[in-house]
Order: sequence, then structure tokens, then C-alpha cells
Amino acid sequence: MRHICSRFVALALTALVAWAGPAAAQEAESAADQSTAGQSTADHSKFEILQKEFTSGPEVTAACLTCHTEASDQMMHSIHWKWEYDNPATGQLLGKKNVINAFCGNVVSNEARCTSCHTGYGWDDMSSPPPADPARVDCLVCHDTSGQYTKLATGAGHPPMEPKGTTITGEPAWAVDLAKSAQSVGLPGRENCGQCHFYGGGGDNVKHGDLSSALYEPDRSVDVHMASDGLNFQCSTCHVSDKHVFAGSRYNVTAHDTEGTGLPGMRRDVATCESCHGNEPHPVNIKGMKLNDHTDKVACQTCHIPEFARGGVATKTKWDWSTAGKLTADGQPMSIEGYTQSDGKELHTYLSIKGDFEWGENVVPYYSWFDGQVEYTTGDQTIDPSQVVEVNKIFGEAGDGVSRIWPFKRMIGRQAYDSELNRLVYSHVWGPTTDTAFWTNFDWAKAIDAGMKAAGAEYSGKFGFVDTHMYWPITHMVAPAEDALECDACHAREGRLANLAGFYMPGRDPMGPGGILGLAILALAIVGVAGHAAIRLFTGRKGGTHE
Amino acid sequence: MSELTERKVKVYPRFERFWHWTQMALIFVLLFTGLGLNGLHGLVPFGPAVMLHTIAALALIVLWVFAIFWHFTTGTWVHYVPSTNGLWQVAKFYTYGIFKGEHHPYRKAYWRKHNPLQALTYLALKLILFPAIWISGLIYLTYNFWETTPDASFWLQVVANLHILAAYAIAAFVVAHVYLLTVGHSFREHVRPMITGYDTVALTPEEVAYLEADEPARIKP
Repeated sequence: MRHICSRFVALALTALVAWAGPAAAQEAESAADQSTAGQSTADHSKFEILQKEFTSGPEVTAACLTCHTEASDQMMHSIHWKWEYDNPATGQLLGKKNVINAFCGNVVSNEARCTSCHTGYGWDDMSSPPPADPARVDCLVCHDTSGQYTKLATGAGHPPMEPKGTTITGEPAWAVDLAKSAQSVGLPGRENCGQCHFYGGGGDNVKHGDLSSALYEPDRSVDVHMASDGLNFQCSTCHVSDKHVFAGSRYNVTAHDTEGTGLPGMRRDVATCESCHGNEPHPVNIKGMKLNDHTDKVACQTCHIPEFARGGVATKTKWDWSTAGKLTADGQPMSIEGYTQSDGKELHTYLSIKGDFEWGENVVPYYSWFDGQVEYTTGDQTIDPSQVVEVNKIFGEAGDGVSRIWPFKRMIGRQAYDSELNRLVYSHVWGPTTDTAFWTNFDWAKAIDAGMKAAGAEYSGKFGFVDTHMYWPITHMVAPAEDALECDACHAREGRLANLAGFYMPGRDPMGPGGILGLAILALAIVGVAGHAAIRLFTGRKGGTHE
Repeated sequence: MSELTERKVKVYPRFERFWHWTQMALIFVLLFTGLGLNGLHGLVPFGPAVMLHTIAALALIVLWVFAIFWHFTTGTWVHYVPSTNGLWQVAKFYTYGIFKGEHHPYRKAYWRKHNPLQALTYLALKLILFPAIWISGLIYLTYNFWETTPDASFWLQVVANLHILAAYAIAAFVVAHVYLLTVGHSFREHVRPMITGYDTVALTPEEVAYLEADEPARIKP
């Protein structure tokens, strides 16, 4: 029962420490080399303060802070810590702490499970801010390079100190050696970021679709930048940071980076393709110029990530909560494994605790104009249950001058709502010791009631289930150039952009008035000529010659 | 007519023949790729078709620039000056007389190689259809230079439709043009002058004398 409410979002996939990755793409190889602890001028295993038996995470952090005096303060200003994002464009208060999603729903009332992926120790109540004690920041989850640090799936961020329970990636827990971890610290690698960000939504690649364990050691075809036998990018090669605050937001997306590479040196504010590749990335020849003409309207990702959930790890594409709760004849929860992943692994398509699922591998994205702005259907918004509810509505349209066509994973959901007040509800799903948690009691009425109480939200007491869509911008798993989409993937009548309206597109919209009238003229000419020839044949005259 | 003699006269100089056949090849490439880009066939993928279409179009525009220069510097442009003299008779021949076995009313002159209907058609082609296709095509091709203007997408659609309309009109011309090669002389006899340059033209003794004296290369012994 792996379930990780990892909804780290605004700062995308990487972890905690400031690390300088060169901006220029061609320097990436050397950048990757720098990401090992061995490059550092400090060997942490020689530090006396780290040569002792640690019995808890905060003890280690306290030791870190004796030298890294500002680290916790920096962390505490980041979304990795606050789980809150005040969107200046829409005025919405977002962040994992506040939003409702189409996966496990909400953090509130499910804290210790969801906050297992918090970058701290012991945040167990969403109605309070994260712990104020600087020693409660978890340095190791991002900086451990020993590979044996992990966090308990239900421990509010604490690591397992004995082989009991489950880790955040769903493995049986082991006793973490904190001293070994502390002495191993270095810059964050893919393993650090991945253990939370690859497992969001309760399992490998469940949530994002383009972030999975396939990216630990990807080959070139899965991710041209992260290929372990190629450029070997770490997450932070692109997700640059400044004072432990990372570039790359899913709440306020830089959907169109017109600044490009900027001036010599490095941009530390964006994780965009353009910040390395510029705004005219294709070579200057007839084809390249035409492709460069597209960059103002089409996001790089649209052509260069032809499919997501590549590399052999499927993503959940549909989650229907409304069927959850069916039990076996003797009252036990059950699971049905109805999807076979390409590596042969059987994945659940029904769980009593969660409902019905669909999965997909090599999924063709959903495309939409996108200006970078997202409006969440937060718990206070009124919905129309006769329509599909957009959990996070994406903004942008063809003619607005700023939007580009972006690829998305469109998650199809069916989730609980207040059928009188017409609002999405918070539900209390995790709580092994409560008599209201859905996953232990299978009673929606109690679970929703408890969730709404914990959130302090108004609730009529009546609930139903509503169809939802949730959009996840696709931006990882960039394919090698030779695998990019061909023109006719979109420039065709039934191409990938067949459903996008509001603009003219060659090849997609062929039968305009000009085409119809022109064809008529051509047809008339052919009919006329054929008729003329027929009469000549009929009258037996070849036609006059000059005498 | 007895004083006229039929002689082989060069009516299509080397450049004109080069221009004609290169233009033909490019127009066929353009029509073929253009039809594909409009979804009427899928024989060439969209990307390569765009490249081929663009390269052929640019080559054709260069050719036209040379041809326009050639027409004006050699004075050949006068062949296309429209004339109503005999126009009606030619039109009547194609729509009526031809079926009765009448002879073609126009007699080719070495200084006027097109019949009046032909001249008018070619003039229309050169003054209306060709400019329409290449101006609309250039505007289409350079969309990114004007896409920030208001309603650019709408105007792109207008330009694209005009371009397609002009293309079909040119295709219709090609159909009629090729068909008319079968009228009168054999198809082969019609095409030959555009290959060899020489056509059989009835000349007055004065014309023969002039050509033999002043332009001996144009007239075969």
C-alpha cells in the first residue's frame, strides 16, 4: 500500500541545496561531474562533529547548522518547506498545503502520511505552520550521497531507525545509519530528488507521468539530458537555485521564456529550455529557420517530448474514487492487478482503498494553449457538477500573444464533492488509528466529514462524485532530436492539434473557401477539356490545321 | 498566299526554352508538393514537402526575375501585347469551328508567335496569376515577420486561401495548355519548337530577305 502524498510542486523536481550548474548546454558534461561529493573541498567524514552516533534526524541537522549557519533559514523560505505558494498573478493561495488534487486529494487530515515527503521532521498538522525549530529541517534527504538514507512512509518526515514499516518509495524500511549519511553529504543527485518526486501520488510515476524511477539511470532515448551514458544531467543542472530556492514552478509556469540564454554567465531564475538553448535553437538552414519560426507559438516540449511515461514505467491516467470501498465477502479490502507494465510488472487497476485506475505507458500528451497561469478549483470554489470539473484550469489562448501550445498529462478523475454546496471536499483517507479514515473504515460519509472538519471548511453533509480533469505540464523526458515529432504529427487533418481552435494551421485546415473554389475551377477545366475532346472525337475531326 | 514561303525559323531562343521547361518542372514540383500540403495526397511527408515547396518556389522566383529582365531587354515582351485583331475568330474556332473541321484562323508570324487568344491568356497568366501566387506565397512564407499585427492568424488564412486559389487556377491553365497541344498539328509537332527552337513559319519574300541578311542564325537554309 504505497502511498506518498508527494505534491512538491512549485520548485519542481530537485532538492535543497544551492548548486551552480553552468547555463550553457555544451558545458553540461562537466556540470554533471561536479555533482559528486568527491569534488568538494570539504570531506565531511573528517568532521569530528559528524563522527558520533546520531539517534534522530534533527540531531544531524543541528550538527550541520554549526557550520552552515544560514541553511535552515534559507530552506524555510522555500516552497519545499512551506508547501504554500501565493500566486501573484491570480491571487490564489496554493501549495500542497492548500490545494485539492485528483490523486490522494488533500494533505490536511492525512498529515503524517503526506508529510513523509516534507523536507523536515515532524510536521503533523496542516493547521499549523511547519516546525519553527531550525533543526527540524531535513538536510539529508537532499544531501545524502550514501544511498541508504530514506524516510518512513508514515513518519511525518522522520527516517526509519529500525527495520519496521515502509519507506517513501514503498520498500520495506531499514535502519538508517545517520552518521554514515551525515559524513557522505554532497550536492543533490537524481536519487535524492527522485525518492519524493518520482513517487508522487502513491507510487512510481503515478502523478507526473514524466517523472519516474526510469530517470535514475535513463538511456538516451528516455531522456537526452539525463542519459547516464551521455550528458548525465542531475535535476539541479536545469533546476538552478538561489539560497535553496529552486527554479521551475508548476503553479506559475514560465511558459514562454523570451529572455533566452541571457547575458554571459548564468541565469538563476528559470529552468526553461530557452535558458540554455536560446530562442532560436535550430540550425540556420531552410528547415531550421522554419522550425525557429515555431518557437514563439509552440513550446519546445510539444515536439521534443513526443510521449511521456517512457522508459518502462507506466503512469496513472485515470483514478475513479467513486468505486472505492468494495470489500471481499469476508469484509477484507482487495486489489485487482489488471495492467501489465512493459517490464512484466502487474499494476493494480482496483484497490478497495482507492477505487479504479487506468494506466498508460508512452502516452501521447494532451495539448493546449498555455500562458503559464493555472487556477485551482480550491475548496472554496463553486463547481458545476454537470460538467467535468477542472481541478486546475490552465489559461491561455491562440491569439493572446503570450501563450504557446504545451503538452500536458490530463489526469482523468472522479472524486468526492459536496452535492449541496457544489464544492470539492477534503477527505480523511489515512489514519490507521482513527475510526473515520477511509482506508481503515471504508465509509465516505465519515471520511469526508472528518476531512472537512480538519480543513475547517463548511460542509452540507451530503456528497457525491464528480468527473474531474487535472493538468500536469509535461517537460521532462526530452527525447533526442531524431525522435522529435515530425511536422505532420500536427500539420495534418487528424493530427495532434486537431482540436485546438482559434488559429489557422497549414495542412490541418485545407478545405477553406480558396481550396473549394480552386478545386471547382480545376474540375471545370478538366470537364471542359474532356467535353471538348469528346465532341472532337464524336465529330471525327482532329481539329483544323493551318493549311 | 502564293508569295509566302514556309521556312524553318527560330521562334524560341535558348533562354526562352530553358525558362519554359525549368518553369514547367518547378510548377509541377510546386503543384505536387502543394497538393500534398493541402492533404490531397500523402506521398511526401509534410516537412520535406514544405522544404521542397519553398526551395522550388524561391528558384522559380529567381527564374522569373531573369525572365522579366530577358523579356524587356530583348523586346520579346511585345509578343504579349494584347490585340483584339483576330481574337474573336480564334475563340470561335475553338468553340465551334474545330468541330466542323475548319482550319485554324491564325497564321503564326516570326515576330508574333502567339495567336491573339494565346497572347491574352499568357498575358493574364503573367500579370495576374503568377504575381498572385508569388506575392501570396512570399507573404505566407514570411508570416513570422508580420504575425504580431492584429488578427494575423485571420490574415494568414486569407493569404493561404488566395495562394491555394491561385494555385488551382494555374493548374487549370496547365490542363488547358497541355490539351490545346493536341489541337491542330500533332502533339509532337506542337512540342517540338519548344525543344529545338525552330518552327515552320510562312514568310514573305521581304521577311526571308531580312532574316537571311540580318539574322541568318534564325532561319534555316
